[in-house]
Parts: sequence; structure tokens; C-alpha cells
Amino acid sequence: MHVTSPSFKANAHEALADRQLQQALSHVKTGFIGKRAAVVAALPEFEQLRESGKAIKNHTLENLDLYLEAYEEKVVESGGHVHYAETAAEARELILGICRRAGARTVTKGKTMIAEEIELNDYLESNGIEPVETDLGEYIIQLRHESPSHIIAPAIHLTKDQIEADFRRLHTELPADRDLSEHESILGEARTILRRRFLEADVGITGANFLIAETGTSVIVTNEGNGDLTQILPRVHIVLASIEKVVPTLEDVSQIIRLLARSATGQELSVYTTFSTGPRRRTDPDGPDEYHVVILDNGRSAMLGSQFQDMLRCIRCAACMNHCPVYQEIGGHAYGWVYPGPMGAVLTPALIGVDQAGNLPNASTFCGRCEAVCPMKIPLPNMMRHWREREFERHLQPTTYRYGLGVWAFFARRPQLYQFATRIAMRVLGNLGGRKGRFRRLPLAGGWTKDRDLPAPAGRTFQDLWAEKQRAAVP
Amino acid sequence: MSARDAVLGKIRRSLGVTGEEPRRNAAVDERLKRAPRGVIPARGQLGAEERVSLFTTMAEKAAATVTRVAGEAAVPAEVAEYLRGRNLPAAVRIGEDMLLNGLDWRQTQVAVSHGASDGRDAVGVTHADAGVAESGTLVLISGQDNPTTLNFLPDTSIVVVRAGDIAGDYESVWAAIRAKFGKGVMPRTVNYVTGPSRSGDIEQTILLGAHGPRRLHIIIVDG
Repeated sequence: MHVTSPSFKANAHEALADRQLQQALSHVKTGFIGKRAAVVAALPEFEQLRESGKAIKNHTLENLDLYLEAYEEKVVESGGHVHYAETAAEARELILGICRRAGARTVTKGKTMIAEEIELNDYLESNGIEPVETDLGEYIIQLRHESPSHIIAPAIHLTKDQIEADFRRLHTELPADRDLSEHESILGEARTILRRRFLEADVGITGANFLIAETGTSVIVTNEGNGDLTQILPRVHIVLASIEKVVPTLEDVSQIIRLLARSATGQELSVYTTFSTGPRRRTDPDGPDEYHVVILDNGRSAMLGSQFQDMLRCIRCAACMNHCPVYQEIGGHAYGWVYPGPMGAVLTPALIGVDQAGNLPNASTFCGRCEAVCPMKIPLPNMMRHWREREFERHLQPTTYRYGLGVWAFFARRPQLYQFATRIAMRVLGNLGGRKGRFRRLPLAGGWTKDRDLPAPAGRTFQDLWAEKQRAAVP
Repeated sequence: MSARDAVLGKIRRSLGVTGEEPRRNAAVDERLKRAPRGVIPARGQLGAEERVSLFTTMAEKAAATVTRVAGEAAVPAEVAEYLRGRNLPAAVRIGEDMLLNGLDWRQTQVAVSHGASDGRDAVGVTHADAGVAESGTLVLISGQDNPTTLNFLPDTSIVVVRAGDIAGDYESVWAAIRAKFGKGVMPRTVNYVTGPSRSGDIEQTILLGAHGPRRLHIIIVDG
């Protein structure tokens, strides 16, 4: 996927001016937030479960090497195969190899963000294998040759009318005068078309929400049932998962699934939580003959033991982006890579480099809502701050920005000079602001006053007011 | 060096470990062996009758329909009535499940076929190993008794569950599965099903019947 994170600011401006996008994004605020709040309020143990989930993931990450080995042993015991991939390219080749050996022509896919990360669809296609996305949202964006704009609602940037137009443009085998006026009729059309694809696919690829070390089980969580049809109908099932998906036991997964759907869609539990262990058994009348797991690192191992280790607790619920005032306004594509919103602002620099993605951790007001709703209690704002520090250390910001910071630092290190200078500046600006108390234009502040007025200072500094108050308080 | 060794090696370097530490190995073995329970919501910790009623409430909240019959002998008539009431074809497909095969389907007009689904069956009837009261969830296990395809391909999914198999929480279900299959061993597929299939991918509007069943009917059997 072409990385556009470096042009985040331009992307964001375009997004704000895009009326269709703005209309589509209104559903983020009205849908997810209220539903999550209601189910969280209905479960008194939610806060305790957050602590429990955090402790499980911390323990697992500290022992990740051992849990991966234990997991692998169990997969092999149940007749499955485990493949490791250090990089995206290795993972793609492994998957292509499995597909080739299976003589695959079409591959159905459940929703997996890791497949987006390794650009699997383009690779399979260029090697003569047709990938078919089966999650409704993923199917829609595959038709449009777009990437997901949200990690659990990939087509949230689109309106119903846009989707209808795409279906009419691309499903040309269907009567042109068919009725697609209702949401239901669009879903029905996708269901019919994809049902055929499910039944003819040679290989099914899914992601995994969890890998269970105790039993060698992969777990997927869906509402549509597409992930299940993807993995039970074809002869070969490939699970694509990153290293941090492993958890120790069935009990541990039970803790985290109580957090996942509530934080994601505001459901008590997603419709389908599916636990898969190995291929079809001797007496099974259905299920895949082969079961493969591809475990991807792609930069994550370097996050262990660093300031960013906590990010590996993420369970991809998307609560952080749903509640993010920046995401709500610009949507996911502006972030310029696979993972948007606050979790993307922390993860993206780790995976593709802070030189590419430095804009993302800067696009935050540090309002803290993301951390407040994160079921895994990931300190997202803190980690964005760490990225800003690294960006500064590596001299990645524009010269004017660094120069400005240097000037500020000069004064900040000299308190008396700082107070003297601010006292004068506040008095001058306070007078200039006049009766209106605001500036329509101000030299050096054009970036601010272009879109709004700048309130004029009250004429006195906070420190002066504070000192005066302290004096008055002394009896 | 294999990719496996490379990845595990990187993880160990980042964590500053070798993988040989007795303390870490003991902690991991212990957790895998003991599988400690965490926080279990009080919501499901109820007597048998209240569990069934919470299960019903939660399943209905997830858009399933639920009925309760006095004994398994009443299941065929309930299936027939459900299908008639919704103008659905009087033909169901089942696996080799003992409970479902032991029923006298001839007392009804419902035609019964057997085996996994190839996508042409309108109605699948399966027997859930368990229910979970806290979220109204059914627990179904793959195999010839209840082929997994029957839970996903037919438009209508009817699931029979014994009232006595409805547990309060997921942890109790895992304990029962361990007792049946052995510690650390799992059937090929365990499906947790909470309501019929749905999607919210078009403008966040929740629509039932995405790729799996459009409707889910649960028959709770007493006795």
C-alpha cells in the first residue's frame, strides 16, 4: 500500500472539505459511542476486566517466546502447520506457496488487517490467484480498489448512495433496473454474489483475534459469519496472525472477549466467536483438510522491551478511533497507512518508521479520551509523546518548528527573563487587542488567524495574577 | 537460520532473555497447567431456573427467538410450528446427533435429511453442547453429530439446547469441554453463537442475515 502518511496535513484538509466523507463520518459519533457506553454501564465488572485483560497481555508479552513455542507445539499436535515470517515479503511468499500447492485459483478472505499490512491481495492477484474479500465492508472497498478507513468498519467512509452506485457499476450481470434503494437490498445482493464465491474457493484466509497457547487454537470474532464460511468450506485454511496475538489459556481469552465486543461495537458479545484447532478430524463431515498458521513479526519484536511494548496489548477494537476528535473529523484514509486513529498514530511509526509517520503522533490534542476508553489501558497519549521526542531527537521536524522551540527553550531556561518578556508582551498585546479583545490578523500567527480569531491576552501574566492572589491570601 | 529462529531470537533479544530461565519457564508452565480463572461477572451466577431465564433474555436481546418445551419429544412439533408460522419450507437437515435422531419426526410433516450442508438446505437443526446465560450464547461443537456447515449455510438455524446445559459463564463451559475432550485438547471447531448473522457495514445500520443465518430460533428442552 502506498504510504501517504507524510502528507497527513494535506490529506486532513482534503478530508475536511469532502462533503460525502463528512456525511458518512457522522455515523461514527452517533453509532459506536452510545452503544459502547450502554453495554459498559450494564456490566459492573468492566473496570476489573480491563485490569485483568491488561495483566494477561503484560504477562504474555514478557514471556512471548515461550508462549509462541507452546502454541506451536499444540498446533502441530492437532495436525496443523506453523510458519514464521520475519517480514511482509516472507509472509506473502509463504501464503502464495501454500495456495500454489493447493492449486488455488480463488481465495476467500475473512477480514484481516495483517493482510492489509502485507498487501496480500495485490500480491496474490499479480501471481494469478484471485482474492475475494467476504466481509461486507471489505468487499465494498475491494470493489473500489480502496483500503479500509477503520479497523472494524472498513467502509465507514462511504454513504449508502456511493455503495449503491458501485454495485450498479460493477455487478453488470444483474438487471439494471433492480431495486437497491434499501440498505437490505444492497446486503442481499452482496450475500447472493458472495455465497457463490464461498462455495467455489480453494483456500480460505482469515486473521486471528487470538491464538491460544494452551490448545493451539486460533480464534476469530465476526458478526457476519463470513469468517466461518471462509474457513470451513475450502480445502485449505490459512490463519494469518502477528506474534502478539497469542494468549495463554481459554480462561484468558474469556476475559478478553468480554472486553472486545463491548468496546468495539457495543455488543455483549459478537455474533460469532469461533475457536479452530487443526484440520478436519477423521470423522468430520466438513472443515478444511489443511490448517496453516502464518505468524508475522514485521517489526513488532523490536517494540518489546521498548517504550512501545504496551502497544502490543492492543486487541484492535477501534474504541480509540471511535472516540478520537481528530479521527471523527477526518476519517481513516488521511492517516495514510493501514492503521488510523490513536492506535495507528502509535503503531504506524513503529512499523514503517517515524520518518514516514511522524505527522500522526503530532495530530493529537492529548485529550486522553483514547486512553480512557481503551479496554487494554494502553497509555496512547504518552506513547505519542515518546514518538514526538524521537522525532525531535532525529531532527525530523521542519527547521522553523525547531527554531521556534529553540527560542522558547532559551527563555524557559531563564525564569526572570521569561517573566520580564512575557509581562511586556502580554501588556502590549492586551492593549492592541483593544475593546474587542481579539485579533482578526496578527503577524507570525497567520496559521491560526486564517480560520479563526485569536483571543487577546488579558494584559497581565498568569504568574503576576497568581503572585497577587497569594499576597492577598496572607493575613 | 530459519525464520522461526530469527523471530524467536529477536523477541528474546528485545526482552533480554534466553528462553532458558527456570523462573520464566515455570511461570508459563504453571499458567498453562492451572488455567486460572479471572474476573467472572456476577450476572450469570444464578440458580438453574434463573440461568435459563437470563439466557433467554440475553439471546432475545441479540435478536434470536427462544421457546421452551417440556421434553425432547416435543421438539419436532415445535420445529414444525416455527417453520409454518414463518412460511418456511417444511424440510430440515440434521447431523447424526443422538438427541435429534432419536426424535419422532414422522409425527410432523417435516422432511428430514442428514449430513453436512452444501448450501442448498433452507433449514439446519443442530444440538448445542451448552448455552451461556451471561450473554445468551450457544456453544456448538463440530463433528458428524452437528456439522458446522449446518450452523452457517442454511437461511434458518434452529438450535436445540437442554436447560440443564445452560451455564452461567464461559469458564464453566471450558471446564465441561476439558472434562469431555481432555486438558489441552479441543474439538476442531467450537462455535459461540449469539443471535443471527448481521452487518453494520452500510452506514452503521444493523441488518440481519449477512452471510450466516437470517434467523436463529432456540428451543430450550427441559427434562
